[in-house]
Amino acid sequence: MTEPRAAAPTFRVATNLTAGSAAATATPSIVSVKSLDAYFGATRAVRDATLDFPEGQVTAIIGPSGCGKSTLLRTLNRMHETVPTARVEGEVLLEGKDIYERSVNPIEVRKRIGMVFQRPTPFPTMSIRDNVVAGFRAAGRSAPPRAEQFEIAEWALRRAALWDEVRDRLDESATALSGGQQQRLCIARALATRPRVLLLDEPTASLDPRSTQKVEELVYELRGDVTVVIVTHNMQQAARVSDRTAFMLLGELVEVAPTSRLFTSPSDERTEAYITGRFG
Amino acid sequence: MPSTSLHGASLGDRIYRFTTTAFAASVPLLLVLLGVEVMIAAWPALKAFHFSFLTSSRWDAVEGVFGAAPAIYGTIISSVLALVIATPLAVGVAIFLSEFAPPWLRQPVAFLVDLLAAIPSVVYGLWGIFVLVPLLREQVMPFITDRLHLGNTPLFSGPAYGPSMLAAGLILAIMVLPYISSVTREVLMAVPRSQREAALALGATRWEMIRGAVLPYASSGILGGVILGLGRALGETMAVTMVIGNRHEISSSLFAPGYTMASLIANEFSEATNDMHLSALMAVGAVLLALTLAVNMLARWLVWRVARQGR
Amino acid sequence: MITLTVVAALLATLPLVFILALLLKQGASSLNWAFFTNMPKPVGETGGGMANAMMGTVMLIGVASVIGLPVGIGAGLYLAEHRGARFASVVRFLSDVLNGLPSIVIGIFAWQFLVRPVKQFSALAGGIALGVMMIPLVTRATEEMIRLVPDALREAALALGYPRWRTSLTIVLRTALPGIVTAALVAVARIAGETAPLLFTAFGNQFWSTSFMHPISALPLQIFSYAISPYDEWHALAWAGALVLLALVLVISLVARFVTRSKFGAGHD
Repeated sequence: MTEPRAAAPTFRVATNLTAGSAAATATPSIVSVKSLDAYFGATRAVRDATLDFPEGQVTAIIGPSGCGKSTLLRTLNRMHETVPTARVEGEVLLEGKDIYERSVNPIEVRKRIGMVFQRPTPFPTMSIRDNVVAGFRAAGRSAPPRAEQFEIAEWALRRAALWDEVRDRLDESATALSGGQQQRLCIARALATRPRVLLLDEPTASLDPRSTQKVEELVYELRGDVTVVIVTHNMQQAARVSDRTAFMLLGELVEVAPTSRLFTSPSDERTEAYITGRFG
Repeated sequence: MPSTSLHGASLGDRIYRFTTTAFAASVPLLLVLLGVEVMIAAWPALKAFHFSFLTSSRWDAVEGVFGAAPAIYGTIISSVLALVIATPLAVGVAIFLSEFAPPWLRQPVAFLVDLLAAIPSVVYGLWGIFVLVPLLREQVMPFITDRLHLGNTPLFSGPAYGPSMLAAGLILAIMVLPYISSVTREVLMAVPRSQREAALALGATRWEMIRGAVLPYASSGILGGVILGLGRALGETMAVTMVIGNRHEISSSLFAPGYTMASLIANEFSEATNDMHLSALMAVGAVLLALTLAVNMLARWLVWRVARQGR
Repeated sequence: MITLTVVAALLATLPLVFILALLLKQGASSLNWAFFTNMPKPVGETGGGMANAMMGTVMLIGVASVIGLPVGIGAGLYLAEHRGARFASVVRFLSDVLNGLPSIVIGIFAWQFLVRPVKQFSALAGGIALGVMMIPLVTRATEEMIRLVPDALREAALALGYPRWRTSLTIVLRTALPGIVTAALVAVARIAGETAPLLFTAFGNQFWSTSFMHPISALPLQIFSYAISPYDEWHALAWAGALVLLALVLVISLVARFVTRSKFGAGHD
């Protein structure tokens, strides 16, 4: 607890981000979704979605529950198909390459894209440190030597603003941590393998306000290095952390725009109805 | 992160899927193999004796004539006797544990009852030979014939040898009790709260609630437990072999020695004199297999139906 | 009516108390060091033991575990990972059926399949028969334990780029391991006392043997043959054997109950 926190910029709210968002349109996309449909059995959970995720920016996906926002997120790293009967039509380009091409191994896709879920998912049988470097144990990767892994663990824990809290108990079980710490541990775990894209599926849904704030600060700090896609049911959160926001309704991608514009002057009346609280 | 290709083999996944599927498939394969092997071995006897194998009481290894009726009869009678004794006790224990017992008593009593199922069959048999059978011969049987004057009734006639159908039924009752009781306990606990509260709200006493609302709701599950117990009793071997007396005769008296299919196999298999004798014993095994299969399927179906209802 | 249920509870636990008390009394009086170290002796000679039977039981449990554990755990993994599949429900049902089969039927099956063709009783055949009995016990318990592992853990591992097999083995199975160890011990406790499947497979042996290809004794077999013998000193040995067997079964069961949640056990919730 003696070490000062890594120089964190003052946490700002999204209203201050207008300049950054304006630049968004010029940024190249790292992930592009083209005419994507996602199904559970016969049900079409995502309909004909097309959108780009600009590199280094934070994109929020909002919408009422059941609108397909998590499903859309899960198509980006081929997690959708791990559910029985689930399937996908259309294209998702990762750095220009379609990840749904037949020859692509989903494992390779998932290694390149980090993901954090609604509830913290530390591996209960592993220590804190082993959790952070768990991504290196995935097959096929020529894992860095142990000593280097420890350095990476420290780097990732610092990045996730957790290092100071756990530096003295790296070999203890991860289940001993609080919910908020566990979630930041999961973010550290996702960051350890240096993915260029990080998917967050309602990462603060099970956290208290204080932990939520920490996670939001973290997301804010990651911009620039990592492309973040965050699904949230909390519009304020989307407004606080994202550069761009996508609004979904009943499986349809209604509107994608720079966050400040979407929340101030939405172009679709359904978006306006949602952000002014008329449904959802 | 080096931007190498996204391609890669999932050989490990294929091996893993193949291995777990193969292990899972081994269960049905094992059952089929078991059925086929037993049937092949039983075939000569079944072919030679047809239905008389099930109906005849003549079991003569020297003449090579085999009828398993006494063993089939003994299997059924000893098991039914066991259920008649064990069911009320087991259901009573289950009701006590799930409805009346103070919380501190539940765990220990449930543990003790479950412990009954942990005692090896051969240990029950040992106890049967040296405690139960002498007790029956010297105390219980004389009491029934002399004091209760029931010696002339068909059920209790004949000399008191000790090893008998009664001994087998009693020892089986102790052995199946934990099975019936644990299923019953589970079923009782699955009865929805609303069911109980509705009865209590009508002014029923605790006992009236159990009789009127809980037991009817749980009855088919309890029946499933009883039939599961029956499945155990039908196939139980060692303890029964050690106390039933091993005689190829059908007698109406519970005091008379008898045979069960399992004890017949256990007793004669290693000293089978010829191929037909061996095949006849295999045929007994086949009949036992068919009987327990049918009983178990019935029980699973009943328990499954209740479990589904409860959810 | 409440009284009736109390009486039922008393009646149900009474035999257990009687049996345990008698076992302690009869068994302890003929239990001594020689029982564990000596071989069976002919009638009339004192100081016989069951060293060979204990060795046999250990070997039989070993063979049974080598068969029952991998097959059972593998099948359990399959069932847990294919919950809705038709084949899985067939396997689930048939594994319950296998569990309900009389052990004597498993015994004659093993004889017909393993002993008859080679005309040789063997420890191997006995162990396999016990292993077959273990499979359904381990299968269903493994499935149950794996179902207790939150799906979120599996998802998290997959999202990290773990292949399915590595996810299943190093994350899911590893998390469920304490429960599976418990189940394995319970299964071992259950088969350790089995006699019927061994009568025509392991067969029994009065002599010391550590060969898997030859007949071998086991505690329950030895207890059985001593119990039905006409000699008092053998009866005493049978009681001692029964006490040892029951102690073995109970110790395994108790260990199973208290299996430590290993360093980072399944305390996750």
